[in-house]
Amino acid sequence: MWRYIGRKLFVYLLTFVIAVTINWMIPRFMPGDPVRSMLARASVGNPEALERMTTYYNEVFGLDTPLYQQYFSFWGGLLRGDLGVSVMLYPEPVTDVILRAVPFTLAVLLPAILLSWVVGNHFGAFAARSKILDNTILPLGYVLTATPYMWLALLLAWSLGVVAGVFPVANGYSFSLRPEFTWLFISDLISHWFLPFLSMFVVALGGWAIGMRNMIIYELEADYSNYLQALGAPRRLVRKYAFRNAMLPQITGLAVQLGTIIAGSLLTEIVFNYPGLGTLIIQSLNSRDFFLLQGIFLFVVVGVLIANFIIDIVYVLVDPRTRVQMTGGSS
Amino acid sequence: MTNVAGAPGAQPAAEPAAPRKGSETLHYARRNPKLLIGLGIVLAFLLLGLIGPLFVDHGPNEYVGPQSQPPSGEFWLGTTSFGQDIWAQFVFGVRTTFLIGVFGGGVAFVIGTAVGFIAGYKGGIVDEILNMLTNVVLVLPAMVVLIVAIAYLDARGVFVQGLFIGLTSWPWAARAVRSQALSLATRDYVDLARLSGRRTGKIITTEIAPNMSSYLVMSFILLFGGAILIAAGLDFIGLGPSDGVSLGLMLESAVAWSALQFGMWWWFVPPGLGITVIVSSLYILNVGLDEIFNPKLREL
Repeated sequence: MWRYIGRKLFVYLLTFVIAVTINWMIPRFMPGDPVRSMLARASVGNPEALERMTTYYNEVFGLDTPLYQQYFSFWGGLLRGDLGVSVMLYPEPVTDVILRAVPFTLAVLLPAILLSWVVGNHFGAFAARSKILDNTILPLGYVLTATPYMWLALLLAWSLGVVAGVFPVANGYSFSLRPEFTWLFISDLISHWFLPFLSMFVVALGGWAIGMRNMIIYELEADYSNYLQALGAPRRLVRKYAFRNAMLPQITGLAVQLGTIIAGSLLTEIVFNYPGLGTLIIQSLNSRDFFLLQGIFLFVVVGVLIANFIIDIVYVLVDPRTRVQMTGGSS
Repeated sequence: MTNVAGAPGAQPAAEPAAPRKGSETLHYARRNPKLLIGLGIVLAFLLLGLIGPLFVDHGPNEYVGPQSQPPSGEFWLGTTSFGQDIWAQFVFGVRTTFLIGVFGGGVAFVIGTAVGFIAGYKGGIVDEILNMLTNVVLVLPAMVVLIVAIAYLDARGVFVQGLFIGLTSWPWAARAVRSQALSLATRDYVDLARLSGRRTGKIITTEIAPNMSSYLVMSFILLFGGAILIAAGLDFIGLGPSDGVSLGLMLESAVAWSALQFGMWWWFVPPGLGITVIVSSLYILNVGLDEIFNPKLREL
């Protein structure tokens, strides 16, 4: 088991190093001068401030030092928790800007992932081998997985927000309120949170239902299921055993799908102008704030790695055999 | 010779087996509603993307009509708040969608199958290294990598976008192909081919790949659909082709110009619906193919 965890940790460490290297390489090896293209769009009226920013960023990039030195100083800054200074919100450190947005993203992401996983698995298990449900839930599941996250978000915002007027369709909370621990503010927060959450939840649901349905069909054909059936075990009991076995690939699937779901949450946030990382990405793109963008990239990568590690540990706890799954084909 | 029992008798029996197998596939294909419906819709959209733009006599981004018109006889899907014809944008967007799907999915397919075959067939240290590479790229969130990489490009085209998408979305296909190749690599006929001194590339393309062709086709379809969805997301963020039209870009401009608040549903419903219908038809087509090639899944 420790061998398994150690192996996984090595992959994650390697991924982190590669991600940081990508992050370091992209501005330096893409065509054009990163500092000039970054500051060209930054709306800085004061020439003196612009000059100060230019020297700061030139120094940070260190474009006149040898490449290997740039690389190591990049790591040095990173390990001190210094991701640079935002252009958009100069002179605020990128880390602070990101940390302010992370709670909003997590608040939508975590419940949506966990709930859709649980509900989707149960739906899928229920639908397997029942002709009517299979022919209704299955196509619906495929339509849901094929739905672009932002489109469902738009539809929900339009139907429940604009037309019905039940939920607010933009921002994380009303501008008339200030963040505080009152019932009014919290209920406002929840009403703004609900639509982004709902659209994430619904889109993610389909994939889990389909995956579970396929796994259950596969498990119901296994010898142990046939044996149980031959012994005259009730249908429910056979299903229960099949479900427990079918869970394992679904846990691995959670790790595989994580990147897609996070991308989906970023897109969903943009539709609702929800103050999480997605909205921050689009703001940093619009003001060409590459430091902020790259900081967000590192944050997301680290988040994904941590989540993967947690899933690995859960897997070890759930499956005593803990062999590396080589079954692939999870889509 | 015909009345001799034994080996010659087995010969004619084996001969019609090949066409019968082909017609068996066809037999099930023609009776599989999932395959027929999925394929029909995909082909209909492909046709729309191919010939639709020929019947539009103005550019998709030209200001041709009155502003913010709901769908009418003249402008089938209405107009944007600048007076652009949404139907024109839609048919051009469908064309781009297929282009990005084929190209992005194609690049991912080539990398994924190459890595999968080599890792699965060679084994040993090559397998270890390629497997590590696959795992690393699998864990990296593709979309976020793409956002950072594409943000630095000043001029973006469909092909650059497709290339980047392909470069990041191949890992699961590599994994799937690898596990299949691994089991095929130990078969007798592959050993025989290896003993007769054929080169690795030849063995992979003539002995291993044909025996998992259905699997490869299905992988390509999934990569195709995935590339379309990723491209739509990138376009929506504003990292789409700089001068083109796509369904994702339509969604982006609809949100950017507050179609939502003005209730202009005809601006954001068609592009998203187009993507959803195309991709879900691809998926359902894939299930149909799976049921045809995999007897265990056929409906009893």
